Amino acid sequence: MKLNGAQILMKVLQEERVDTIFGFPGGTVIDIYDELAKTDIRHILVRHEQGAVHAADGYARASGKTGVCLVTSGPGATNTVTGVATAYMDSIPLVVLTGQVPTHLIGNDAFQEVDIVGITRPCTKHNYLVTRVEDLARILKEAFYIARSGRPGPVLVDIPKNVSVAKTDYKPIEKVSINSYSPTYEPNTKQLKKVMKLVKEAHRPMIFAGGGVILSKASAELTTFARKIRIPVTMSLMGLGAFPGNDPLSLGMIGMHGTYRANMATAACDVLIGIGVRFDDRVTGKTDCFAAQAKIVHIDIDPTSIRKNVTVAVPVVGDCRISLQHLNRMIDEADLGDLEAKRNPWLRQIEEWRRAYKLAYDQNPEGSIKPQYVIDCLYRLTNGKALITTEVGQNQMWTAQYYHFEKPGHFLSSGGLGTMGFGLPAAIGAQAAFPGKPVVDVAGDGSIQMNIQEMATAVEHGLPVKVVILNNGYLGMVRQWQQLFYDRRYAATCMNCAPDFVLLAQAYGAVGLRAERPSEVEPVLRKGLETPGPVIMDFRVEKEECVYPMVPAGAPITEMLLA
Amino acid sequence: MIETEEKHILTMLVDNKPGVLSRVVGLFSGKGFNIDSLCVAETIDPAVSRITIVTQANSLVLEQIEKQLRKLINVIKLRDMTGPRAVKREMALICIRAKRESRDEILRLADIFRCKIVDVGPQYYIIEATGDRGKMEALISLLKPMGIKKIARTGSIALYREPD
Ligand SMILES: Cc1ncc(C[n+]2csc(CCOP(=O)(O)OP(=O)(O)O)c2C)c(N)n1
Ligand SMILES: [Mg+2]
Repeated sequence: MKLNGAQILMKVLQEERVDTIFGFPGGTVIDIYDELAKTDIRHILVRHEQGAVHAADGYARASGKTGVCLVTSGPGATNTVTGVATAYMDSIPLVVLTGQVPTHLIGNDAFQEVDIVGITRPCTKHNYLVTRVEDLARILKEAFYIARSGRPGPVLVDIPKNVSVAKTDYKPIEKVSINSYSPTYEPNTKQLKKVMKLVKEAHRPMIFAGGGVILSKASAELTTFARKIRIPVTMSLMGLGAFPGNDPLSLGMIGMHGTYRANMATAACDVLIGIGVRFDDRVTGKTDCFAAQAKIVHIDIDPTSIRKNVTVAVPVVGDCRISLQHLNRMIDEADLGDLEAKRNPWLRQIEEWRRAYKLAYDQNPEGSIKPQYVIDCLYRLTNGKALITTEVGQNQMWTAQYYHFEKPGHFLSSGGLGTMGFGLPAAIGAQAAFPGKPVVDVAGDGSIQMNIQEMATAVEHGLPVKVVILNNGYLGMVRQWQQLFYDRRYAATCMNCAPDFVLLAQAYGAVGLRAERPSEVEPVLRKGLETPGPVIMDFRVEKEECVYPMVPAGAPITEMLLA
Repeated sequence: MIETEEKHILTMLVDNKPGVLSRVVGLFSGKGFNIDSLCVAETIDPAVSRITIVTQANSLVLEQIEKQLRKLINVIKLRDMTGPRAVKREMALICIRAKRESRDEILRLADIFRCKIVDVGPQYYIIEATGDRGKMEALISLLKPMGIKKIARTGSIALYREPD
């Protein structure tokens, strides 16, 4: 069967069961759009290509499927870069399709030509420039395979216009194999036995779970593992939801804005089992002091993550889920003695830390709204079941602290890159994946303005995302650093001139609501969540509230500023 | 304890495709690893190239470099060629000032170091030298006082010795 490049692309998208694409057209992808319109694949037209990538990313994080977006060459392609880098840092499977000028013009500084493959080489898992239509099907299949296998990540495929229109014989490719790429899923049994030995001997063990647990769909296995052997679990920002936040064994988040008990326990534990984590500097603080008494076990599918930042006693290269399944089986067969008695002193110590310093805030009913109170109410009103995206800054940290995520795939946040402007388009993507679920973007007044144009996308496509703005009139997280470490010199962090978000919502054809007093928080949230269609809720919160605990950058994580 | 940095020779077989070298080199520059020398050419299989990189790193950084290189989709195989189990060679073309009084000395040195004279002029010789790093350094330091006009050196290439 002879097909042109655009038709071959459609074939592969259908074979890969892609149901939704986020994109924005232009000259070099007209032919692709022409074919796309003939299929039943849903296309969500965004208002900025960065939004398309974040939306595909939110779709992928929420659904566990590979997100797909399509943009034109030149500025369309460069506009994707922040989104691609965001997905790369958080290991999110994406296939990013960019148009390119015809092959005979490449290198000529043609209109809207840019070397996007060169630009994105360091922020994609892999990328391709397709130069012959005969290669297109294979490359696309490889792109999907690479994006979702091993440690997932974004793959970019650059398709010149003449490749889209050139014809070739098309045969579906059944199986992809790349001889230089085969991720290790099965862990080494010898290493797992060493893990078991450490677990058996440990007096103060703890688990540190990260985004890898969510990506490998290992939450159930992790929960079983932790409960079977009564080991407390802390999570990185990316790991929130990997283990139920309300479980008595949960220590909450670790790191710079982690809980007191999680950070204290890390310093005191004698075995630390890191699963699907990469020991980022926001987690470890000063690495020399990090878990200094502990033998560290590190389970991860990506060998480059292991021994990169911290010394590891037992490395295990493998899929988190498969590794945990093996460990659970080994536990069933092992005699672990009286775990209850063995763990009690350690768990009691942790309970003491928990009581000594709880996450807390003081909401004066007559005072200004505390941002933490807004998240608290949101948590209660949604029964902890909403899909929550965040922007970046204080809003993100308060959400991480006060919305106790029970399940994976419910906290969608730019962890590694910390991309302001991620939350709204990501919420749109998550809503596209789950039309029936409540989806809320917890935003800052600064971040929301970075991709506010996507409100039009939400309205046009009937995606009823709710935006909760914690409006403090500041680039709050930067202001917090200035307050604490720069003598309150608030250089360039005051956002005096913001739009009226209620009117702005209305201008987009959405609903706008505002709360200025604590008593209005619940009613506004209730009304906003009940309103069909997209809503922006503007919460005028305390302007100079800080996120605590806070570990100053580069300090040991036990050195927390508590208030 | 600060570990000392040592020279390592890494060779890898890679897909012979546009952009692959750039991925390898970009990884070094992007992650702050260093490259002392670099050689690339096709192997007997035109679809595969061999890249040889000499780098300086302590053992932890070397481990990262190797893992990161293996992670690149286009890297088929990677080997550390440091140590006696691999044969290593470099090559240099050295254009040396050849005055009447030093011509004999240059020819004698070339002979001792088993070099070839590949071009001769009234005022210069161009010498082709091959050898391991130590030999190249020794030759260059002996020739230097006579006046090296220009020099072109390759980086190291290496092959593992076959098992007996
Ligand atoms: C694209 C981008 N630019 C700059 C930053 C640096 N930055 C981190 S947090 C922050 C403040 C965000 O302000 P806002 O959205 O109002 O959130 P708040 O901290 O006030 O809750 C800034 C500027 C960033 N993370 N991303
Ligand atoms: Mg703000």
